[in-house]
Amino acid sequence: MSEQTIVKLDNVSFKYERETVVQDVDLEIKSGQFLGLVGPNGSGKSTLIKLMLGLEKPDKGTIQLFGRPLKQYKDWQEIGFVSQKANSFNSGFPATVLEVVKTGLVSRIGTFKFFNKKHKEKAMDALRTVEMEEYAHAGIGDLSGGQQQRVFIARALVSDPSLMILDEPTVGVDAKHVTEFYDLLGRLNKERGITLLMISHDIGTITDHATHVVCMNKTVHFHGQSEEYKEFSEEDLNQLYGYAVQQLTHNHSH
Amino acid sequence: MLESFMQFEFLQNAAITGLLIGIVAPLLGVFIVVRRLSLIADALSHITLTGIAASLLLEKRVSSIDDWNPVYMGMAFSVAGAILIERLRKVYKHYEELAIPIILSGGIGLGVILISLADGFNTDLFSYLFGSVTAVSRDSMWTVLLVTVIVIFIVIFFYKELFVLSFDEEHASVSGVNGRWIHLLFIVMVALVIASAMQVVGILLVSALMTLPVASALRIATSFKQTIGLSIAFGEVSVMVGLYSSYHLSVPPGGTIVVMAILILVMSIIYKNVRNQQWIKGEAS
Repeated sequence: MSEQTIVKLDNVSFKYERETVVQDVDLEIKSGQFLGLVGPNGSGKSTLIKLMLGLEKPDKGTIQLFGRPLKQYKDWQEIGFVSQKANSFNSGFPATVLEVVKTGLVSRIGTFKFFNKKHKEKAMDALRTVEMEEYAHAGIGDLSGGQQQRVFIARALVSDPSLMILDEPTVGVDAKHVTEFYDLLGRLNKERGITLLMISHDIGTITDHATHVVCMNKTVHFHGQSEEYKEFSEEDLNQLYGYAVQQLTHNHSH
Repeated sequence: MLESFMQFEFLQNAAITGLLIGIVAPLLGVFIVVRRLSLIADALSHITLTGIAASLLLEKRVSSIDDWNPVYMGMAFSVAGAILIERLRKVYKHYEELAIPIILSGGIGLGVILISLADGFNTDLFSYLFGSVTAVSRDSMWTVLLVTVIVIFIVIFFYKELFVLSFDEEHASVSGVNGRWIHLLFIVMVALVIASAMQVVGILLVSALMTLPVASALRIATSFKQTIGLSIAFGEVSVMVGLYSSYHLSVPPGGTIVVMAILILVMSIIYKNVRNQQWIKGEAS
């Protein structure tokens, strides 16, 4: 597959109330990459993702998805999104796993059309990929955090996206399952060629699995291959983004 | 009952209207409850009262207006209230629930003034507050039928959008669903259903018909579709048993319908607890 730019941010800034959260960010994501987005708390990682998805509007700069300006972008089935909120949804919601996964097809099906058998099979396929098919008829609220997260991955996968965006998907997932989770992401990236953009707190693990790393604290401080990043000494990192890294290593020690 | 049903048009009107709202009130109620918007139903029912009062006042004061059906003005106020709530939710972005008490108290306040100007409470108004088996006109029945058909049609066609919006608004937005538009459509439907249901269960109890059957269904159902099915079934039983006993006991149907819905709720809670205990015993043995 030839490398193609699928997400392009040009000089993007965003203020929340009066505080600048994202400042002058230039970022390109090419197809086939597994990109880890790291940075301290409040560094604007989640906001950056929201901007890419059109959930927030930038105050400045332009965003392109698959070569088209965000405003004109309509092919949402190309993008699978696993939000941080997936960990804190209304767990009393009376829906089965299958019903939840099928909602991932809403953009593909289009308005005035109904779910049919084919969609159910697609949803079952996605559940098989994340090894959750036996829970298809279980209530979503009855699952463990890790299982729920797999279901939300399936929901993102079901529309056959070429880009998946994940916002700290391993929060609330126990350590044992985190490894399995990364293996799953690795397979999706290598075998299916799905481009991944994932926010993570856990710099050690994400740099082991991702092909590329972006460090940000309001603005992008580093963007390159994970190998390159791993070679940095603490001193380099300190220089790279000053105060921010202290908070990073601090968080990491917990 | 059957004999009197065939004989009296008013009983047919009440029974058929009851049958229809027994479907649509819990149907929309499911979406209201899972989105934690239960209080919106209360706010809209109270603003409906304002519309009814305004209509009664106009009828009394303006001689050229005779025999107006207050239900229509109730509907108009309810829909206007729904749109206003949406507006207010945007004004108070961080306190979205504030819109509800504003509309609710505003509705009652204005309502009380209008009622007093119309020379106070009378039997008409009493039947709007607590429902009536005798007050539903043939005209109103047809209106409710129309509302029912429209609501069912819209829910079927926008089922997946309504579902995805209820489950995860952010995901809905990333799926290209126009949340704002669908939400407005939804709340207008709620307003119409409340004004329709009000004639049978009464303004003060209409929100109960939207939430109690759903509360019962939530204890038992395992899927969203099942929740909808059970809610409608429970709503229908409440309305039918409630109307029947209301007629025989000569009490307002609002009371009997809600008591029936509460009975179902209690039974569903007991059922769930017994089943849980059996399950625990089964696990232990």
